[in-house]
Amino acid sequence: MPKLCVLCNAQRAVLKRPKTAQQICRDCFYAVFETEVHNTILHNNLFQRGDKVAIAASGGKDSTVLAHVMTTLNDRYNYGLDLCLLSVDEGITGYRDDSLETVKRNEQQYKIPLKIVSYAELYGWSMDAIVKEIGMKNNCTFCGVFRRQALDRGAALLGVDHIVTGHNADDIAETVLMNILRGDFSRLQRCTSIRTATDETIPRSKPFKYTYEKEIVMYAYFKKLDYFSTECIYSPNAYRGYARAFLKDLEAVRPSAIMDIIHSGEAWESKVEVKMGAKGKDGKVAVGSCERCGYMSSQKLCKACVLLEGLNKGLPKVAIGNSAKYRDSTRPGAKPPTHDALPISSTTTTTPIPTTTTTAPSTSTIAPSSSTSQTTPTPTPTAPLTPHLRCKKCRTRLVPLTSLSTHDQGTGQSAFGFRKRDAALEVATRCQSHHVAETDVDWIAGVADGSRTEDKVLCPNNTCAVKLGAWSWAGKVFAKMRMFREVAKC
Amino acid sequence: MTLTITLEFSGGMELLFNNEKSKQVTLPETFTPGSATLKELLPWVRDNLLTERAELFMQGETVRPGILVLINDADWELEGELEYVIKDRDTIVFISTLHGG
Repeated sequence: MPKLCVLCNAQRAVLKRPKTAQQICRDCFYAVFETEVHNTILHNNLFQRGDKVAIAASGGKDSTVLAHVMTTLNDRYNYGLDLCLLSVDEGITGYRDDSLETVKRNEQQYKIPLKIVSYAELYGWSMDAIVKEIGMKNNCTFCGVFRRQALDRGAALLGVDHIVTGHNADDIAETVLMNILRGDFSRLQRCTSIRTATDETIPRSKPFKYTYEKEIVMYAYFKKLDYFSTECIYSPNAYRGYARAFLKDLEAVRPSAIMDIIHSGEAWESKVEVKMGAKGKDGKVAVGSCERCGYMSSQKLCKACVLLEGLNKGLPKVAIGNSAKYRDSTRPGAKPPTHDALPISSTTTTTPIPTTTTTAPSTSTIAPSSSTSQTTPTPTPTAPLTPHLRCKKCRTRLVPLTSLSTHDQGTGQSAFGFRKRDAALEVATRCQSHHVAETDVDWIAGVADGSRTEDKVLCPNNTCAVKLGAWSWAGKVFAKMRMFREVAKC
Repeated sequence: MTLTITLEFSGGMELLFNNEKSKQVTLPETFTPGSATLKELLPWVRDNLLTERAELFMQGETVRPGILVLINDADWELEGELEYVIKDRDTIVFISTLHGG
């Protein structure tokens, strides 16, 4: 005795919706699935009529279903959107090259144009080359950072107003969990928003934010959609895998867990004051642009340029962690710009950019650096680094050890008259003050213009700005910077 | 009388099964028509058809969370899951849901 659909009461139920536990038939499933996405789009005002929208397409299930649903809804509800497909070729042999074939078929099936941007073209490094260099441990960091920019760059080339991605409810719940596990509160706040937009970048949204992965897979299966399904060959070590396995276990016990986690992520939004990176004077996060490539960045250099610098120098692993020192391009041995300055915003486009070819070899508008071989980039020789006093917290370089002048240690309490000595203050340690020429510490406020004679010493790295000690002027700058850590190497 | 069923693997599941997307199998006589359930079928599939990474297919006595099972094109949650009694000429589909689609 087949169970009947609870919505139409006529056809055989084929699916139990994880969100509502309703048992519904195939046609009703299509209807509720598409209508829910439609409502999500309307409710959040994702698009304006006439917008040019790029669908970020990987060839996998989510983006294939997204492309299908977006074209269907655009026709059915007359959104008036100009849709196109945008793919990123990371350069992973045996994975991305196959999945791009699927995207090319989608281009035919849905009759919307396709644009492919490749890592090799944009950065001079394919993922294959990166993994060869750094191994399988942190490769996903590179891939993720590069992909985010690559999508923006591709979108700028196409001149689109909006990017939609296939992130589903499961993905977002996983991200919430990961951000909790990592203690990344600022990302925790951002990761649940359906639309991310700043003045600098092209807005992105996730129409599948409330759509379960299970339903997406069912939809693709029932509609016989053509999608590519192989796990990325480089991802087995990714941290996400653990969050994902945990989430799937939770879902098996209680399907609403996914929605509940997203809800929790949303509820945390804006309730807690989070200290973010670079704060301006008004307490707001200063979003500037990268000095090298012009991409939006809260630091001097964007994360992609920092990672690239590490790669090109042959020190890729160091750039993954605290990258403050790599962002300081003024230090000795800093390398000139490494990757091209393709304009990001479509309004600032000044150089001619190839928009018709998708996989053509890079033309003259691509930076000189990417014209070198993709697989064997030559690390730039760096000047020998001199030992420096460095910030105890962010390790920014402060003063070269060679410019410290020697001084004799005082005699301690014995310098005072007998009655004025205080045995409690007598400590048998080395003097921790450093004598420095004022030209070497002109970054300390008030030293260069002579407006002060003593003050505290703060780390010159704005994002760190930790108190390092105190200074006072006595012929030379006499800085009692007992907090500084001396580092023998560089 | 024996049971002959069709097994289908997709969404990446086929990689564990020698890259075969569809396979017709005749179950051995230990599967009694009318009483054999999916609970018995899963270990048999694992031991006889699976070619690699058994831990990616089963967890405990059921499939690993994240694998969808369809019996004759209907969600197995509607059919009693492990308690479903296998019938002759059933089609059972296993679909893996992968991240990064």
